Amino acid sequence: MTLIDLANPTRFLALSARVLPWLAAATVIVLTIGLYQSATAPDDYQQGATVKIMFIHVPNAWLSMFVWGVMSIASLGTLVWRHPLADVAAKAAAPIGAAFTFLALLTGSLWGRPMWGTYWEWDARLTSVLILFLMYLGLMALWRAVDDPSRAARAAAVLTLVGAINLPIIKFSVDWWNTLHQPASVMRMGGSTLDKSFLIPLLVMAVAFTLLFVTLHIAAMRNEILRRRVRSLQMMQASQKAA
Amino acid sequence: MTALSALIRRDIRIALRVGGGALIGVLFFLTVVVLMPFAVGPDLALLSRLGPAILWLGALLASLLTLDRLFMADHEDGSLDLITMSRTPLELACAAKALAHWLAAGLPLIVATPVLGLLLNLDMVSTGAVALTLLAGTPALTFTGMIGAALAVTLHRGGLLMAVLVLPLSIPVLIFGVAASQAVIVGPMNFGAPFSILCALSLVSLVVGPFAAAASLKHGLD
Amino acid sequence: MSGLNQGKMQLSGRGVVCVRGGREVFSGLDFEAVSGEAVAVVGRNGSGKTSLLRLIAGLLIPAGGTIALDGGDGELTLPEQCHYLGHRDALKPALSVAENLSFWADFLGGERSDTAESLATVGLDHATDLPAGFLSAGQRRRLSLARLLTVRRPVWLLDEPTNALDVAGQDMFGGLMREHLSRGGMIVAATHAPLGIDSRELRIGGMA
Repeated sequence: MTLIDLANPTRFLALSARVLPWLAAATVIVLTIGLYQSATAPDDYQQGATVKIMFIHVPNAWLSMFVWGVMSIASLGTLVWRHPLADVAAKAAAPIGAAFTFLALLTGSLWGRPMWGTYWEWDARLTSVLILFLMYLGLMALWRAVDDPSRAARAAAVLTLVGAINLPIIKFSVDWWNTLHQPASVMRMGGSTLDKSFLIPLLVMAVAFTLLFVTLHIAAMRNEILRRRVRSLQMMQASQKAA
Repeated sequence: MTALSALIRRDIRIALRVGGGALIGVLFFLTVVVLMPFAVGPDLALLSRLGPAILWLGALLASLLTLDRLFMADHEDGSLDLITMSRTPLELACAAKALAHWLAAGLPLIVATPVLGLLLNLDMVSTGAVALTLLAGTPALTFTGMIGAALAVTLHRGGLLMAVLVLPLSIPVLIFGVAASQAVIVGPMNFGAPFSILCALSLVSLVVGPFAAAASLKHGLD
Repeated sequence: MSGLNQGKMQLSGRGVVCVRGGREVFSGLDFEAVSGEAVAVVGRNGSGKTSLLRLIAGLLIPAGGTIALDGGDGELTLPEQCHYLGHRDALKPALSVAENLSFWADFLGGERSDTAESLATVGLDHATDLPAGFLSAGQRRRLSLARLLTVRRPVWLLDEPTNALDVAGQDMFGGLMREHLSRGGMIVAATHAPLGIDSRELRIGGMA
């Protein structure tokens, strides 16, 4: 029953108003713990203190993909089930996803400066994230280009799903393109051999950023619902006959 | 003057509101520049050598493609009729529309240049040089492109036809824009000569563009 | 306040020929209108009613003959003294009702009256700050009429002005036209429906 309850925008507004403060509080607490742990984590023997950027970079990179996943599910909701909140969820997620992606790029290039000697290297991972960022911006442009939200929603849903199918292909192509040109690739972050003193803060930060996303997303959805109500009130006002 | 400033304010407002296309040009610019390394490879030395050319081509395409609708939208909703009949000379109205377009769509390209310079491994001086030449050269692109936009209204066709008409006209701007940027980055030519010619091209187009566009609109009245 | 500082004006066309797309629409057309008079241009579809209005407005160039306004402001051309209300409303959906109206007031210039007052007259004062894209076809037409009121021009060229207007809107518009004529204005309207005011008929293109 809860899902059906949530499908009603009015119920959603009421319920989310109660949940939002708790979510915000949880985000602040976990983020504080994560930041403290990150700050006190030992320096890497190779990268020094620079490695700490990873505690911000990795969660952002993770969310940049996770948010696209959320939008894809919401888009299915728009196209298949015509769920009344689905396109609100998809629209509200896009700018937040773009912001996380941008932060992932920014922290990646700040990390790259001491590692590579330039702010930008056409490294396979960063390049894939850059393309993801472009797709987020394109999606936001699409939402902005069409005045009527329900018409924009269907177009955006199709684009989101096409993107979800295409992203792995793009990622694969970029990897191939990159190794083609650079057989001895640049230094990469260690894979599974992460020490526990890195892993735990990283996981805490990942949880913190996920909480941050959920909080921001619900708040943005509330804004979007209210914005649509204002719009329909305005349209009613326009059609009302002057006295 | 109130008439012209009202027209400029209106066009900028429409471009920035929902449905307006001001920032799509920047996104297009960004995408074109990001595509280049996939074609030429991620070699940073090569990219920094090609950088000014890539940025100039991207800016050229972005500013021309957004020009397509400059007069078309006003034509479709009947605004162009009223603009033609007004007490403001059509040449000045055309110039005001082009100026508004440049402010809303051309200037953001120049603002975005430093970020794109970073992607192409250009240093501060080179990026500054490209941004400066774009600042001097994009008005020429807008004001010559306007002629194509006016012809598009007359011919009831926009899009590719307009690009085919206008792109050859923008070759001189491209030549001297890239030459001036390269002069700063690699020499041996001095920066002053190509840059002055670039400025001259912009100034000439500032005069020729509005007259040609207005003439084309007047003869295409329908 | 007379609003129109000119004395007696006369709009006259002599032997006007209109050619569109290689086809002669009408030829040898004579017409005239004086201050305080409304001319209703009637004729079947394709007889050139819209073309005649656009010829007067300077939006088409006559293939022959002359159109002139005597007694108007000598410094201004005929199109500059005209208001043209065509099929299309010249409104931008992204701008608010007030922004649309005050843009045209600023751009067209000349003598102007208060925009809020004009919006109230046409019954759009409740929608001043709403985007014009929210308006219905009839409301868009009313907003175009507000433009005629805000920016004063002696000659009104109206193409099917009552299209999309409801009965109350047509009554309101009839009142506006009568007031314009009483100030010494002039109206040339292409219409199928009765104009709603006393007018002289100008039939073009032969049989209706």
